[in-house]
Amino acid sequence: MPTMTLAKAINTGLRDALAADETVMLMGEDIGSLGGVYRVTEGLKAEFGGDRVIDSPLAESGIVGASIGLALRGYRPVDEIQFDGFVFPAFNQITTQLAKIHARSAGRLTVPVTIRIPYGGGIGSVEHHSESPEALFAHTAGVRIITPSNPHDGYWMTRRAIECEDPVIVFEPKRRYWLKGEVNTEEPGASADPFRAHVVREGTDATIVAYGPLVPVALAAAAAAAEDGRSVEVVDLRSLSPIDFDTVTASAEKTGRLVVAHEAPTFGGLGGEIAARVSERAFLSLEAPVIRVGGFHMPYPVAKVEGQYLPDIDRILEALDRAFAY
Amino acid sequence: MAGQLPTTEFDDIPDALLDELESLAHDRGEGQLGMVQLLDEDGHFNSGSHFSEHAKRLTSDELRGLYRDMATIRRFDAEATALQRQGQLALWVPVRGQEAAQIGSGRATRPEDYLFPTYREHGVALTRGVELGELLRLFRGVSNGGWDPRETNFHLYTLVLAAQVPHAVGYAMGIQRDAARAAAAGRDSGAQAVPSPAVVAYFGDGASSEGDIHESMVFAASFKSPVVFFCQNNQWAISVPTEVQSRIPLHHRAKGYGFPGLRVDGNDVLAVHAVTEWALARARSGKGPVLIEAYTYRQGAHTTADDPTKYRLSEEEQAWLVKDPIARFEKYLRAEGYADDAFFADVAAEGDALAAKSRKDVLAFEAPSLAEAMSHVYAERHPLVEEEIAWHLGYESGFADDESAKEGGH
Ligand SMILES: Cc1ncc(C[n+]2csc(CCOP(=O)(O)OP(=O)(O)O)c2C)c(N)n1
Ligand SMILES: [Mg+2]
Repeated sequence: MPTMTLAKAINTGLRDALAADETVMLMGEDIGSLGGVYRVTEGLKAEFGGDRVIDSPLAESGIVGASIGLALRGYRPVDEIQFDGFVFPAFNQITTQLAKIHARSAGRLTVPVTIRIPYGGGIGSVEHHSESPEALFAHTAGVRIITPSNPHDGYWMTRRAIECEDPVIVFEPKRRYWLKGEVNTEEPGASADPFRAHVVREGTDATIVAYGPLVPVALAAAAAAAEDGRSVEVVDLRSLSPIDFDTVTASAEKTGRLVVAHEAPTFGGLGGEIAARVSERAFLSLEAPVIRVGGFHMPYPVAKVEGQYLPDIDRILEALDRAFAY
Repeated sequence: MAGQLPTTEFDDIPDALLDELESLAHDRGEGQLGMVQLLDEDGHFNSGSHFSEHAKRLTSDELRGLYRDMATIRRFDAEATALQRQGQLALWVPVRGQEAAQIGSGRATRPEDYLFPTYREHGVALTRGVELGELLRLFRGVSNGGWDPRETNFHLYTLVLAAQVPHAVGYAMGIQRDAARAAAAGRDSGAQAVPSPAVVAYFGDGASSEGDIHESMVFAASFKSPVVFFCQNNQWAISVPTEVQSRIPLHHRAKGYGFPGLRVDGNDVLAVHAVTEWALARARSGKGPVLIEAYTYRQGAHTTADDPTKYRLSEEEQAWLVKDPIARFEKYLRAEGYADDAFFADVAAEGDALAAKSRKDVLAFEAPSLAEAMSHVYAERHPLVEEEIAWHLGYESGFADDESAKEGGH
């Protein structure tokens, strides 16, 4: 099994999808000759040509809107939005059109568009390059949202997103693009279904639910907690819409304590949705309220202080402490 | 010729100028671009243009000033690039090659005008009197702004492409309303009318594709707002050439919206100054917007994170170096006897001093406080923000006791 970075795994997934289905095409800003600002599409234009790997004009509404038209004509466009903070010119197309066309047509029309968005912070960048806007999209019925935390998922989520008949947004944790791991491009194994959560570390005393960039942080926090004699389970949510509440609830029922961590602000974030569902489903199994760890109610801060904003091991441990204090 | 333009809209423009613009609107053979140019690559002055008169009105001090500004910003740009290489800045957006477009346009503005930059307008910032070191706060990661726009009428940088351009139009609409209100008040009091300001919106060839640009131009045309759209066509949007954004010269788009557009040699500081001054005067007099396409070149990388060898040829870069805006202007100043060796030595020394000062400033920037940043999210009190600030401060000081902790963590 080859070992590769997350960026390379997604690149390989895109290449294999382009090779497998001639209706698959990529569109975005600087994705052709440059291979994308993160080089995720590197080499693909050379291999598949400028008709299938398109350096688009600089207009996100145009990228997504045209992709909808291409999908209506039978293509499977895969769009790259250069950074999280630049998806908003396309917000109208995503929320009022892409998400609704299947419902509007009473199931007659499908728009299998994939939108790849590098997201999240921790890269010391300037404004609009570090955001986590996933809740804004998860709140929109009609689009599916997934986010890989490791290269194997990077490959298979890319493949599955493109195959899916629904529109799928893949939020790619940009600070993990260089994370290496084994990728089996032959066998997805447990990654066959991108919409299921994975228990990535077993435990008995508490559960941490995380996704995307925070999965390695949650695992490190669980390892640190183990040194204090606490057995902490970690769930990689993987899919943000739908959310695999069965897996999350089962884990919470087993451990009795749940901490949800994401980089996005806690207010109005997915942690709140998870807390509510788990409380509804497993109230009597809980030893403590579900505790959220996330960003503050503010625009993503400047690079010099992002370390105080982003949930880290200590913030998660502190939340675990509170869960255990009940 | 003039009849091809919707002259009802442009009847303020003298026929001779309209003919000149129309004759420049289309490229001539042999790769000769149609554009307003007052200084050729060798620094020879073209006195045959309508705009030559604007340039001739510049005093020798003003001419030397244009050079000083361009050389200063180039020196500053080099220092900022070095600071980034040395790990002192997270990122830098080089302006090298676009000095004439920025200094020429910026120096054509008046203090009461308001300018909306994108993120590369360091030269324009200089002309507005922004302390250059302040530009580095954003790139050092200690601020998302860095200066007070109210002091210089130079707006904060906007990183979301084209997003500032509708703001420029709205600001110009505000100026129109101010003028109407002042006129109404003046009728009562007999007071003198104040000079009418105008607005400049800066954006790039890449950004020109965004929907916000279209909507801005529709609004500005509809309301005849006093705004100059200043597009620096530096040939590239990161790795994508201008041809992907537009099949026609960008300035042609103006006609479709119903206002004049023109292309100027963006590496010719005199021409840029002249056309911007003309467009601003026209805007001030109530005739509405103008689109200026400043045809120039980004000599360096898109940002310090970019590698242009991936997408463009060094022959192209070499060909543009011959058109360098500063070298060209130096030839002109020397040939006309406006400046001598001593002047250029002085400018270089001043540039070095500024670079040294900026470096010192950068290293002295204090990391901001997250709590203070949170306190600026809303203008009025907000209970959630207050709760989160309290929690954050408690957490950071290690005093997050059980009680306050129970009230909500993050
Ligand atoms: C809405 C939006 N989309 C994408 C980006 C990412 N991006 C930053 S600069 C750039 C190219 C801009 O080119 P141009 O407008 O020509 O300006 P230049 O950088 O050449 O000055 C891109 C795609 C962005 N900042 N904003
Ligand atoms: Mg450009």
